[in-house]
Amino acid sequence: MYNKEFTIIAKNLTKKFGDFTAVDAISFEVEKGEIFGFLGANGAGKTTAIKMLCGLSMPTSGEATIAGYDIYKEPEMIKKNIGYMSQHFSLYQDMTIRENIRFYAGIYGLTNKQIKERGEKLLNDLKIESFADRFVADLPLGFKQKLAFSIAVIHNPKIVFLDEPTSGVDPITRRQFWGLIYEASHRGITVFVTTHYLEEAEYCHRVSIMVDGEMRDLDTPVELMKKYNKKTMNDVFLYMAVRSKRKE
Amino acid sequence: MVEFHHVYKSYDGEPAVKDISFTVDKGELFGLIGPDGAGKSTLFRILTTVLLADSGEVIFDGHDVVADYKYVRKNVGYMPGKFSLYQDLSVKENLEFFATIFNTTIKENYDLIKDIYEQLEPFENRRAGDLSGGMKQKLALSCALIHKPKVLVLDEPTFGVDAVSRKEFWDMLKSLKKKGVTILVSTPYMDEAELCDRVALIQKGSILEIDTPEGIINRFDKKLYKLRTHEIYPALIALSKMKGMEHSFSFGQEIHIYSKVDIDEKWLEDQLKAQGVKQVEVFRGQPGIEDCFMDLMVSGNLMEEIENV
Repeated sequence: MYNKEFTIIAKNLTKKFGDFTAVDAISFEVEKGEIFGFLGANGAGKTTAIKMLCGLSMPTSGEATIAGYDIYKEPEMIKKNIGYMSQHFSLYQDMTIRENIRFYAGIYGLTNKQIKERGEKLLNDLKIESFADRFVADLPLGFKQKLAFSIAVIHNPKIVFLDEPTSGVDPITRRQFWGLIYEASHRGITVFVTTHYLEEAEYCHRVSIMVDGEMRDLDTPVELMKKYNKKTMNDVFLYMAVRSKRKE
Repeated sequence: MVEFHHVYKSYDGEPAVKDISFTVDKGELFGLIGPDGAGKSTLFRILTTVLLADSGEVIFDGHDVVADYKYVRKNVGYMPGKFSLYQDLSVKENLEFFATIFNTTIKENYDLIKDIYEQLEPFENRRAGDLSGGMKQKLALSCALIHKPKVLVLDEPTFGVDAVSRKEFWDMLKSLKKKGVTILVSTPYMDEAELCDRVALIQKGSILEIDTPEGIINRFDKKLYKLRTHEIYPALIALSKMKGMEHSFSFGQEIHIYSKVDIDEKWLEDQLKAQGVKQVEVFRGQPGIEDCFMDLMVSGNLMEEIENV
């Protein structure tokens, strides 16, 4: 019986800038609730690919369906059904925690009632009720990142895109952050994540590796390590990325 | 070569570094390892004379960094965390600029940067702003070295850089060390600690431990058990409910448990299986630097928390 539900389907997705092919015919599918690691060296084409998948940049050719919507025809519907968080784009520093929650939940189209209910649950889950009226600027980095993630999934999106969400965070907070990722996955949210901490790649259900705009491999971490006969994902990544031909 | 004595610094009453003391020997590759906000950049700014400490003393090659700031500036090469070259000058113009303000020429000290700069030469006329991350980093390093400093201070040079470029960067540091440069480097990546001669683990403005990487690992005083399973998340939840297993952390495909007492491996496997975690294997293991860091964070109660105002 065919009962898998795919939240991301990409077929030969390509993006060219003039003569330069930034993303070269990538094809893959991601399941509902899957934690999907998207690895690649700087310049391998990850950011360009993510922009296309989020409906922010039109492909040169190829097809993709994100959260059930076509990337050419329904980019606005895609934006409503995904969450996004990165190290650079997260929260408004000069607004309070509560104001940030209200602001983003409002943008994501939640009703006032939903904003109140889910906002309270979020504050409770992160154990930050008593700090809700503090400015985000005053929070430690790890808290900001956990808060940014929780806000990025407050509208129960089908997919959440995380671009290096844990950079610079201490090792314990980093693991707490992954706890939130696991929970979101259990709730059925697809998690699409990039990271430079390669041991985090081992927490993903499946991992893809981009080299020179192509998706060179895609499998579970265990299978990738077996296939390349390496003990860690770091070694797998180094082995593959060193074969990059792309120069400046 | 570099000495910190009881250094304190606060910003708006918030302590950033507290009572920091350590020394770095000549020719040493010394790492400050800790997350963002730990105080690493503050220490480097004080050392490089761009920030004054509230109290305490810092000595650079026998010179006080406050009284003798000119000596420090002449003899230190500083690569700040943020890319701070002139984006609209070319690669070559940036290097010439830095050589000129230090009253030297590229030619005079070329041997020190040759290996690094050679990789940039094909793009000599490109604007610095148009370089890739890895190339920017190489240019910044070349500019920090062009006046042949005695001490090189690198603030998170590998932050946000991919694993391949990180490896290359550390290879460059090793060869600079061989040329006699004393290097202080900070990083949030725990695995880079093992590439340093000695490291200071730093969290919330305090030093947790200073030693060689082996020394720090040898001082780990708990028993470390490794648990291998394909169901990491359910296993972590099961462990969090068991007494004595509070300090369980995921490590790739494993969970590491720090325990004060011996654990019977078979008993723990059975306990977890009873809770629905199939296919689980428990065995004694050796800690790494990241284990030591987390254990010190837990036992020193140095978890991240929101400061009370």
